[in-house]
Amino acid sequence: MPKIDTGDTAWMLASTALVMFMTPGLAFFYGGLVRAKNVLATVMQSFIALAVVSVVWSLIGYTLAFGPDRGMVIGGLKYWGLHGVGADPVALAPTIPATVFMAFQLMFAIITPALITGAFAERMKFSGWLVVLTLWSILVYSPLAHWVWGGGFLGTAHLGAIDFAGGTVVHINAGVAALACALYLGKRKGFGQQAFVPHNVPFVVLGAAILWFGWFGFNAGSAVASNGLAGSAFVATHLATAAAVLGWIIPEWIKHGKATTVGAASGAVAGLVAITPASGFVGPMAALAIGFAAGVVCFFTVNLKLRFRYDDSLDVVGVHMVGGIIGALLTGVFADAAINGFSGGWGQLGKQAVAVLVTLAYSFLVTWAILKVADKTVGLRVAEEEEVAGLDLSQHSEMGYTFSERGGHVVQSPVAEAAAIARDAASGERELEGASE
Amino acid sequence: MKLVVAIIKPFKLDEVKEALRSIGVNGLTTTDVQGFGRQRGHTEVYRGAEYQVDFVPKVKIEVMAHDDQVDQVVDAILKTARTGKIGDGKIFVLPAEQVFRIRTGERGPDAI
Repeated sequence: MPKIDTGDTAWMLASTALVMFMTPGLAFFYGGLVRAKNVLATVMQSFIALAVVSVVWSLIGYTLAFGPDRGMVIGGLKYWGLHGVGADPVALAPTIPATVFMAFQLMFAIITPALITGAFAERMKFSGWLVVLTLWSILVYSPLAHWVWGGGFLGTAHLGAIDFAGGTVVHINAGVAALACALYLGKRKGFGQQAFVPHNVPFVVLGAAILWFGWFGFNAGSAVASNGLAGSAFVATHLATAAAVLGWIIPEWIKHGKATTVGAASGAVAGLVAITPASGFVGPMAALAIGFAAGVVCFFTVNLKLRFRYDDSLDVVGVHMVGGIIGALLTGVFADAAINGFSGGWGQLGKQAVAVLVTLAYSFLVTWAILKVADKTVGLRVAEEEEVAGLDLSQHSEMGYTFSERGGHVVQSPVAEAAAIARDAASGERELEGASE
Repeated sequence: MKLVVAIIKPFKLDEVKEALRSIGVNGLTTTDVQGFGRQRGHTEVYRGAEYQVDFVPKVKIEVMAHDDQVDQVVDAILKTARTGKIGDGKIFVLPAEQVFRIRTGERGPDAI
């Protein structure tokens, strides 16, 4: 039996918590980018993934992704309900308890569908999202995680595509699912005419900073050990992100005359996305190149939506799909055998391209089918009137911000009920007193 | 009595306030407002997309003035709020029918 390493276990517990924190970070990133009337609904779309995916993952998701391989396609049901997932390690993570590996992978399963929410922001029904989220986690995320990391046909055991922390499984997957959502749901009312501008840019920067911070767990934690590879991935992650900020704001400055904070935050996310598959295979200078390339390319691709007239509200396609593809392909170019045993070259690049194409095709088609099912059952898009009023009010009966006294009174609440009971009791006593006199 | 309403550039508010105080104005009301005139709006850029924002933020000042004080008040605002660039704002002078001080019930010029 392999021996548990306490250093590895400590780092993986910390990494797991770091990756968990990315999802609320994403909620702020997206929440700041939408209009004020949709801030809560947008935050909730990410936050609810922490709840829904955790339950799904413990019941079935983990075993489909990481259970014993069945024909290179899916994991067997050995670990359903987390049966047998305990203190003993599994082969994929030989020095930490299986529980820790399961929890670490769970955090990836949570943030991936949360990334998609940016594409359909400001117009999706909450109930529709819950259905899509559940089905997508089981039918898209778990199989892809199995194909790449769980012993399936794309990973190192078979095809040999390399993806250190989720360029295909997380970012291309979420990015192309986002494209399917944007196309299926259609444009927001006023898209391309009205100014849909971010309502809280400090939230955007705060969210991007939290993502950057959590991403150290995402990438360096994907070493599944506290060692030199983790350190290398940590440095690559940081340098790529730094370069991507510059890669975004330099062309922005040239083209528009100013460098923007939303641009810097978006560049950081593009860099984090692109370095994800490469982080455990490339050296620091390659990381700079990958990050800078991602920043420049994503700056230009986010506005393709205006040319092609699809409403990917918060640019999930332009940042995650495009950034993910850049990262997955450049991993095949820049991989350095001295870092982790894989060398870049035409052969590796070809394998990377196959993995990218399989991910694009599978995720798009299955996501489309899931959208269709959810649309026919609970419905996906809010009514026009609800969209105009904002999702905070129409989907959650709340407002993100109340800056002034708006009038109003209590209709029903525990406090009001308690007050009513007290009133009844008091009048009852008065009646009794009256009777005794 | 006249109500003097001025729409000015927000960064000029302090100067205007001091100028009015120095000529004996002992009360005014301000509101943050937005609108457009000849200055039109401004451009904002988010993720490479440029947006035209039509309404520019301004501050509205309301001052009640005695009839013999009106010219002085208007002069003070004209002098201090002016930058010479487009978008300096406007001053409106309106007749005021009556003024009450709520605390005491006084009315007319004494209540200003």
